[in-house]
Amino acid sequence: MESGPIKRRNWKEDLARGAFFAAAATSILAVLLICAFLFANGIPAMGKIGVFRFLLGTEWAPSDIPPAYGIFPMILGSLYITAGAVLLGVPLGILTAVFLAAFCPEALHKILKPAVELLAGIPSVVYGFFGMGVIVPAVRLLLGGSGSSILAASILLGIMILPTVVTISETAVRAVPGSYYEGALALGASHERGVFFIVLPAARSGVLASVILGIGRAVGETMAVIMVAGNQARAPRGILRGVRTLTANIVLEMGYAAELHREALIATGVVLFIFIMMINLAFSMLKRRV
Amino acid sequence: MNRGRRDIISIILLQLVRTAAFITFAALLFILGYMVVRGVPHLKASLFSPVYTSENVSVLPAVVTTLMTTALSLLIAVPLGIFAALYLVEYAKKTNRLVPVVRVTAETLSGIPSIVYGLFGMLFFVTFLKWGFSLMAGAFTLSIMILPLIMRTTEEALQSVPDAYREGAFGLGAGKLRTIRQVILPAAVPGILAGVVLGVGRIAGETAALIYTAGTVAQIPRNVFASGRTLAVHMYALSSEGLHTGEAYATAVILLLMVAGVNLLSAFLAKKITKN
Repeated sequence: MESGPIKRRNWKEDLARGAFFAAAATSILAVLLICAFLFANGIPAMGKIGVFRFLLGTEWAPSDIPPAYGIFPMILGSLYITAGAVLLGVPLGILTAVFLAAFCPEALHKILKPAVELLAGIPSVVYGFFGMGVIVPAVRLLLGGSGSSILAASILLGIMILPTVVTISETAVRAVPGSYYEGALALGASHERGVFFIVLPAARSGVLASVILGIGRAVGETMAVIMVAGNQARAPRGILRGVRTLTANIVLEMGYAAELHREALIATGVVLFIFIMMINLAFSMLKRRV
Repeated sequence: MNRGRRDIISIILLQLVRTAAFITFAALLFILGYMVVRGVPHLKASLFSPVYTSENVSVLPAVVTTLMTTALSLLIAVPLGIFAALYLVEYAKKTNRLVPVVRVTAETLSGIPSIVYGLFGMLFFVTFLKWGFSLMAGAFTLSIMILPLIMRTTEEALQSVPDAYREGAFGLGAGKLRTIRQVILPAAVPGILAGVVLGVGRIAGETAALIYTAGTVAQIPRNVFASGRTLAVHMYALSSEGLHTGEAYATAVILLLMVAGVNLLSAFLAKKITKN
């Protein structure tokens, strides 16, 4: 607020102002602390192992003598699963968003909107259980292999990023001025053509933002992926084979890791953190353009 | 209504969006239905006995731990979040240099994956502050995680309070603090609560941030410096043991009921604020 009351300052007001200021600064402090502690504990390990041998090494064998700490298979694992999730979840999510924004009767929207929110609220472990109970056996039955695979994880993550993609894309589509749509209709376009060829392209930066946020969610997802991806720490060969992601690597081994192994896991967290920061940066740059 | 010329492409597009929406909502129904069918038969009285043994795999300690963790995290994050939002909306001037930094960092925090929070919590609260695997370490970790959520929803709630309220209070001679306490905050309560409730949902469903901060002890923690597992962690532990799948599904049903209840409550509160 620009205008305040005309009154003499008193200590209570100053104290409150100070407390509010300190609270606002907490998020800055939190980010600084997170960076400091992750980097201080993870970067030295990269130095000891060798940055290139850590990032591009294809062998992860912490219990071998000498141990090998190459996380390249896990970087690939995260990339493949994320790509699969985007391939499956993004088209489905955007089309669903278009349905909700432009094709859905008001009465149905009142039911479907909370349903999307519920989809967003389902905990990762519950998704993971669903994956273990339904998707993994289905993949095993229909396509062979053990079932715990890149494909199973991609399908599950594809579902998990739906609420993110749907919600943000729908908002973007709805934010397009009505005159665009009306102009299209006036020129003789059908409802469908107007929505798909005029409104949706106009909403593209919002839609793209939803995809980026979905990617962020997929890269960072941990528990659900652990339960369906098989978690073998080697370079994946084919979408029916198991794979381990960066996130899974941390959770699976942190419980018993010590010394350089533990530091290497924290360094895995650093790599994950940097990936996420790049995705966030892309997202906020896009948002500024909107 | 004249819908214009309908050609083959329009018809295909229409079917495409309908199919997509159908698949999306069918997936949701399938997930919910599957959990209920597999879990409900295992919701027996023994599942709620007060002491956990490896035979009854009682969820009651996990329920209590979930409540304790939630309460503790909210106790930290809610005042911080509200205060921060108050500063951003009511105090900071447009030229304030701090505000964009706070916004960027809050956005950063909301994008960090939970496992990275878990790592940080382990390094900072568990190891550096020597709290050990404890509810405190878990709750502090989670409170940083939900802080941006509380901040954002409170900001929106504060911004939706009409300026006339503020002018009226100032006009009657109230100070800034009194105006906030007695006029602005009460008007913003439903919006703030909607955010808090969403935070509860996130806490209840969180696993990766808790395993290496609050630990996985299956009993009711004696105090806030003892380890304990929430429902979601409990479920993960059951699944990795692989012995009590039925009970794990039952736990999933309890979790889903909590999340659904929390979502309903949040939607109800949010509706209340738009009516005002």
